[in-house]
Amino acid sequence: MDQFLLIALNGLTLAGVYFLVASGLTLIFGLMRVITMAHGTSYLLGGYLGYVIARETGNWFLGAIGGAILVGLLGLLIHQVLIRRFQDDDMRVALITLGVSLIGTDLMLAVFGGTATQVPVPGDVQVASVSIPFIGPYPLLRLLVLLIAVVVGVALTLFITRTRFGSVVRAGVDDSQMTAATGVNVRVVFAIIFVLGSALAGLAGVVGGTLFPLLPGQDGVYLLYSLVVVIVGGMGSITGAAIGAVLVGLVSQFSLVYAPTYSLVLTFALMVVVLAVRPQGIMGRAV
Amino acid sequence: MTTPPETSFEVSDLNVYYGHVHVLQDVSFRMGTEPLGMVGRNGMGKSTLVKAIAGFIPVRSGSISFEGRDLANKQPYQITRAGIAHVPQGRRIFPSLTVHEHLTMVGARKSDRWTVPAIYDLFPRLAERKRNGGAELSGGEQQMLAIGRALLSNPRLLVMDEPSEGLAPAVVDHLAEVLRGVVSEGQAVLLIEQNLRFATELCDRILVMVNGRIAADLPASEIAGDAEVQNKYLGVV
Repeated sequence: MDQFLLIALNGLTLAGVYFLVASGLTLIFGLMRVITMAHGTSYLLGGYLGYVIARETGNWFLGAIGGAILVGLLGLLIHQVLIRRFQDDDMRVALITLGVSLIGTDLMLAVFGGTATQVPVPGDVQVASVSIPFIGPYPLLRLLVLLIAVVVGVALTLFITRTRFGSVVRAGVDDSQMTAATGVNVRVVFAIIFVLGSALAGLAGVVGGTLFPLLPGQDGVYLLYSLVVVIVGGMGSITGAAIGAVLVGLVSQFSLVYAPTYSLVLTFALMVVVLAVRPQGIMGRAV
Repeated sequence: MTTPPETSFEVSDLNVYYGHVHVLQDVSFRMGTEPLGMVGRNGMGKSTLVKAIAGFIPVRSGSISFEGRDLANKQPYQITRAGIAHVPQGRRIFPSLTVHEHLTMVGARKSDRWTVPAIYDLFPRLAERKRNGGAELSGGEQQMLAIGRALLSNPRLLVMDEPSEGLAPAVVDHLAEVLRGVVSEGQAVLLIEQNLRFATELCDRILVMVNGRIAADLPASEIAGDAEVQNKYLGVV
């Protein structure tokens, strides 16, 4: 029982990181109907930038904010220079962003090396633990990550459901042509969402890079998991990304313990089952 | 062809293709602020014309000018901001938005003729359904919402594509009555319809489109009472 709850809590905290990465991807994917293959690269770059800033300033929050802002600015540059003119050609955008990710991965390997690093936090936070009923002491850091994911998730949900810009974004996910016909310059909305999505990936990199090592190759892993989360949850839905992240996090943690050989297979089995039963994803809309 | 007193919207020698299919062939017409109807059988190019005006599909040649500006091949949002609003075929309501969100997202100013409260006055039914999602509305309510959404950009020309399609006769009558009120305020309307009665109730002048060309330009009274003309252009052959 104790072990079961421990694994569940581990799954939830892992889901927090998956949600942060996938929330940006689901907005970009849902609204622009393009897959940005550079999303994992944004994650890893955000982690490295957060690592450098937190190390230099000694302040984890500056690292998190700095990582998010810098990756968001890079997203703006990539969108304006490389993606904007090919917006209507999803295959071309996928290939361009794949190119960006290949170049970015190698540049990061050159700059940050191939050994694992982790975003530093003050020593007492690193080792602190909280006593949780039935589980016992549990690392405070993991709970903080879950808290950050919840706060970001609530903020994003309010932004998307309560603001006029949020209405425009949801309308754009439903029917971007008709949204344009109401007088909205959809390209500007696309650019804003691309920047926001990139910044979220950057933030996820700092948060994830605090719990888990930052390594070359992690970009591909997080791109893959966030794609699974978006497909399971339904593209364009923040709630869907949260549900997808929790499912993927739980399945991967439980399978690691009870069926380690099949851990990866089971994660994809989850995707296959969802696609078979509900091809548009759990919260997605049939197109 | 009768020349309207004040020509503000003019389509001239418009040619539009779908792939290799030449759908609109040298379409030309002019209109001012009087409501203009366009009728024609299915597949004659009426909706293609609307999509070209809205900026949804590219124009191969010719011009679409409004108040002296050429709007052919402009982006949809530029066309809307230039003063032409669009009520699309099939209504295209956003399923993820509530009725109220559809109306507030357009961003009308308080000083405009059409504000969100003004739309609720025009269609009290929408006020009752304010919090309902777009996917929960009946066909008639969706059509009201699509018209309200278009009016909120405070257009100087309202283009409607088959607003009566798929609606019960009583609902169509209600829409016609509301739209007559809007038109009587001087709102310019280009109404594309298959329902001849609906078109002639609202518009005094009717264009007939046949095979991607304007085949006739008639006073509504003439086409409404002439079974032979109706059969020639609209009857099922």
